[in-house]
Amino acid sequence: MSATTENLAPAVPYTPALESIGAVMAPGDRPPRPSALSASITFGWRAMLKIKHVPEQLFDVTAFPIMMTLMFTYLFGGALAGSTGDYLQYLLPGIMVMSVVMTTMYTGVSVNTDIAKGVFDRFRTLPIWRPAALVGNLLGDLLRYVLASTTIIIVGLIMGFRPAGGVVGVLAGIALLVVFSFAFSWIWTMFGLFLRSEKSVMGVSMLFQFPLTFLSNVFVEPTTMPGWLQAFVNVNPITHVVSGVRDLMAGNWDTGEITWVLISCVIMTAVFGTITMRLYNRK
Amino acid sequence: MIQRDTTPAIETSGLVKVFGTTRAVDGLDLTVPAGSVYGVLGPNGAGKTTAVRMLATLLRPDAGEARVFGLDVVRKADAVRGMVSLTGQYASVDEDMTGAENLILLGRLLGYRKPEARVRAWQLLEAFGLTDAADRQVKNYSGGMRRRVDIAASILNTPRLLFLDEPTTGLDPRSRNQVWDIIRAVVAQGTTVLLTTQYLDEADHLAGRIAVIDAGRVIAEGTPGELKSSIGAGTVHLRLRDAGQRGEAERVLARVLKVSVQLDADPVALTARVSGAGSDVEMDRGAAEQASRALSELAAAGIVVDEFSLGQPSLDEVFLALTDRRASAEEAA
Repeated sequence: MSATTENLAPAVPYTPALESIGAVMAPGDRPPRPSALSASITFGWRAMLKIKHVPEQLFDVTAFPIMMTLMFTYLFGGALAGSTGDYLQYLLPGIMVMSVVMTTMYTGVSVNTDIAKGVFDRFRTLPIWRPAALVGNLLGDLLRYVLASTTIIIVGLIMGFRPAGGVVGVLAGIALLVVFSFAFSWIWTMFGLFLRSEKSVMGVSMLFQFPLTFLSNVFVEPTTMPGWLQAFVNVNPITHVVSGVRDLMAGNWDTGEITWVLISCVIMTAVFGTITMRLYNRK
Repeated sequence: MIQRDTTPAIETSGLVKVFGTTRAVDGLDLTVPAGSVYGVLGPNGAGKTTAVRMLATLLRPDAGEARVFGLDVVRKADAVRGMVSLTGQYASVDEDMTGAENLILLGRLLGYRKPEARVRAWQLLEAFGLTDAADRQVKNYSGGMRRRVDIAASILNTPRLLFLDEPTTGLDPRSRNQVWDIIRAVVAQGTTVLLTTQYLDEADHLAGRIAVIDAGRVIAEGTPGELKSSIGAGTVHLRLRDAGQRGEAERVLARVLKVSVQLDADPVALTARVSGAGSDVEMDRGAAEQASRALSELAAAGIVVDEFSLGQPSLDEVFLALTDRRASAEEAA
């Protein structure tokens, strides 16, 4: 790092000039305030730039989903469905939901690390729509969710996944998952704002996400489970998302499940989005 | 945009912020006139940063009032945000992004279209000598460059009031001088600067008025000259060749300077505070004259002086003098 810094040192030391600083501060026409949408998109652009500069952060949305898909297909396939090929048809939409939902916690982690830095103070002293910084972060995360979903679909197709719903069904499934993940992320953004460290954000999200993703219909049909567990699985939102995505990819446009998922998205965004904004404004 | 009127840039009365059991800001009364540099001087933990964060609408006061150009920082927070900028103690730019990207991002957030934001960013990079580093990530910048891009980001919106929270802490002397020059250029454009610092000489060089704060309160306020004269003109430090002559040197100094002389831990060193009286200029001349008279008396007495210095009172001395005075006043009351 010191080497880079030395390279940057100009040959002639910089001397601030009254005129040039005066010129840039000359009060020209001030532009009107950006709209809520424009400010959010600008923050989304920031999230993209950060991916460009730190591409390693995409491991969790590429390597991790590939690992999950390979591991669970070959681990459980033979035992649960007789063959890995048959099991893959059932598992793939579920494992896609599981992987993407698990990466939503990084939203909370990144908010937590971001907010601890001085740059958020600057954003919060700007006269812009207050939620824009957080909404923009989530917009950047949408790209990550799309990337993770695409990775899994490609790996699945190579392994022999043949969705009956075709391209349209698969795209619709991914879209439903991405919308759900966006809404779900607000929970981690909220935790990211009030927990002290990124470690505690990860700890809390693991505590929630493990039971939530495993105690669902991702791996098996709930019919073989004890009654009390079935009751939980049936109210678990992950189960509904998995069913919705599975149906869409199978070419079955089950409006009931889809409506359920979309309504839960609206409720999550309204509740956790509001709490998050309150926390953000008080910070 | 910059109006010249008599509304103070900042006015606070009884401002309070409590964190748990700590009263970080405890009844702060401040009036900052528009169009100049105002120094807020105090040690770590005095409440400087907390006060700045409340004034910049980042923290909600627990009690009291604060107005920026007449607008309440809580009720009119959004309008206040349109007039102020903050360069915090820690980098208020995104270290993962390049200097140019940081400035374009801010330009966009202030409402410039992308091409305009890009032009504005390059103007600023040029004015701040950062064009060569424009496309490097800020985390690879030197400390001085980081500060410059940070201040550049703060003036992108031509603020009427700029908060600089310890802008030179940790900088080398050249970078510090650059920051000072930048501050002077910014003020010349009519922007009011609230500068917090731990260094008396920084406030002395830049600020028209200074408030000294301790434990969340203003304990003294005035021009740099007024503050210094309130505790004496300066401090004389002496080192003798022979430790055996220290007793005599102490007597000579006490007689000439009419103050008590402090014997340092070093057996050949002495320290005495030179008192001053009258206005700024007279006082400084007086101090130097008193010190030189003391030197010639020492020579006449045959005492060999190896080192001599007449220093401005340091922040420690100003601060200790002011807090001592406050403590004894409280006892008397």
